[in-house]
Amino acid sequence: MSDIDLTSRPQESQRLSLERRPFELRALTSGLLTGMTWGIAILGSIPLFSVIIMLVAEGGARLDIEALTALPPAGFEMGGGFANAIIGTLVMVAIAAAISIPIGLLAAIYLAILDPHSPLAGTSRFVAKTLTGFPSILAGVFTYAVLVINFGYSAVAGGVALAVLMLPTVVLAAEESMKQVPQKMTDAAYGMGCTRSQVIWKVVLPTGLPGILTGIMLAVAGAAGESAPLLFTALFSNYFMSELMEPTASLSILIYNFSAMPFDNQIELAWAASLVLVLIVLVFNILARLIGQSKV
Amino acid sequence: MAVNPFQHADSASSVSGPPSGGDYLADSIFRIIALSCAALIVVLILYILWEIGGLAFPAMAQHGLSFVSGTTWNVGTQEFGVLPEIWGTLYSSFLALILGGTFGVAIAIFLTQDFIHARLAAVFRTIVELLAAIPSVVYGLWGIYVVIPMLRPVAEWLHSELGFIPIFGTELSGPGMAPAALVLAIMILPTVAAITVDAFRRIPYKVKEAAYGMGTTRWEAILKVMLPTASSGILAALVLGFGRALGETMALAMLIGNSNQINLSLFAPANTLASLLASSFPEAGQIEVQALMYAAVVLLLITLIVNIVGLGIQQYTVRKFEGKA
Repeated sequence: MSDIDLTSRPQESQRLSLERRPFELRALTSGLLTGMTWGIAILGSIPLFSVIIMLVAEGGARLDIEALTALPPAGFEMGGGFANAIIGTLVMVAIAAAISIPIGLLAAIYLAILDPHSPLAGTSRFVAKTLTGFPSILAGVFTYAVLVINFGYSAVAGGVALAVLMLPTVVLAAEESMKQVPQKMTDAAYGMGCTRSQVIWKVVLPTGLPGILTGIMLAVAGAAGESAPLLFTALFSNYFMSELMEPTASLSILIYNFSAMPFDNQIELAWAASLVLVLIVLVFNILARLIGQSKV
Repeated sequence: MAVNPFQHADSASSVSGPPSGGDYLADSIFRIIALSCAALIVVLILYILWEIGGLAFPAMAQHGLSFVSGTTWNVGTQEFGVLPEIWGTLYSSFLALILGGTFGVAIAIFLTQDFIHARLAAVFRTIVELLAAIPSVVYGLWGIYVVIPMLRPVAEWLHSELGFIPIFGTELSGPGMAPAALVLAIMILPTVAAITVDAFRRIPYKVKEAAYGMGTTRWEAILKVMLPTASSGILAALVLGFGRALGETMALAMLIGNSNQINLSLFAPANTLASLLASSFPEAGQIEVQALMYAAVVLLLITLIVNIVGLGIQQYTVRKFEGKA
């Protein structure tokens, strides 16, 4: 790969000797690029700090008991909060988790243990990877086409849309961590006369559990922050939800709606809701990290 | 006669007994359930294509390819064309890719090429991953109240001094291409960085040692050995990052201005397919919904192609370094 030619240009080879001088061009270039890389790394982390500072400053100022317990204010009203949106977000994420985790785990068991090299496993692995890069809004459009047209906007439809987005993350993470379980352990279990399902339930799943839980936590965190698919499926509501089959509020849609309003009160609430949403997402991310550290 | 010590071995529930017929049955039922869940994932994507395609069909039949080349979106006259949105989607993603790609690859180099202590690198990697964890809609809010005000004086200066160049051709009135692309770049940076870090990690350590052994400086090793070796992985990172950018919705819907026009200027408002869907759908009537579904099909096709290309390159890279997976 190197274009250093040692044979044809003796003077050149003299200059590129192993002895390093601090002020030759190549050392200076290297130093300059190193400085630039440091600069880029620091510049790249500025947005995160800026977002966090703004959230704490703008959102923290407004985050009080009223914000957490009251309903969203209308137009010129002062005060108000987003309690219904917090509940809605949690309910829809729970529905999504209840759908995607069992299906995802079973699919991962098939991909990792039962038949890893079959054409079906290859196809569904590839599809799962493709789905991770799938625009989240299309999950909403899909659920709209399947559920909303027939049953109307609802928390269930929102949960299904989020489940479509969670599924690939759960599958791929669970497959990866089940594959990490040492072959010797499963061999030993088979040697003791265990059936395949006994090996899976008693050896593979408990051993791979930290990795599986990490994947689930990350999927939940991602789903909690999603907004685009909820525009089409759960819509929004200014009231507390009383049943699962009615339009439901969520934090992300509340932020989206309020951010464009010309009222300061709503914009302040949007910041406070963002702070709550980011805290929810971060809690799941930190949980994922903590669980993931205790790996096999 | 004493009690038979092996008596308990007769019961099928005993640990040392052979699996009973019931165990085998449970085993095959379990296998079938797991298999159908794996198949469900494949069925799911086919079903998604079928459903969205089905809803879009009336609009596809009516507008045909003129939908893709048309430039007006007028519900009153039922004229629907998404060329400006396709342009906006590709242009914003391309700008984000240039910025987010440069930063992402540079940060991956920073994290993997011994610039900082391994423990510090882990902390920094966490910071980059947290960038990915922040919800899109929060970036949108941040963009409106932080990025746009910050960008405005810069944009004014660029427009007044360099306005003759088309990309600075208009003033920044508020939302527009530049703030949208900037936020989009921040959002794809973690994707690009993570996949590029993987690509660098796959290179055997000996390769770098050999380069240093030849007397290269750190940057000669990076530019002439590490980057070419990791090139296919980096390409995959860039393509997948581009795919992410194409599908991003909320931040763009809040920042890009939702204006149906094709303009080279960085400061002009524009629109993307995803943000057209997000902003028009809630109030759309039946005919407009069909047209929007057609737009969703266009977006689906573009992102599917880009993602599949990216995954293909990534798999090729893995195979190159690790033999057949």
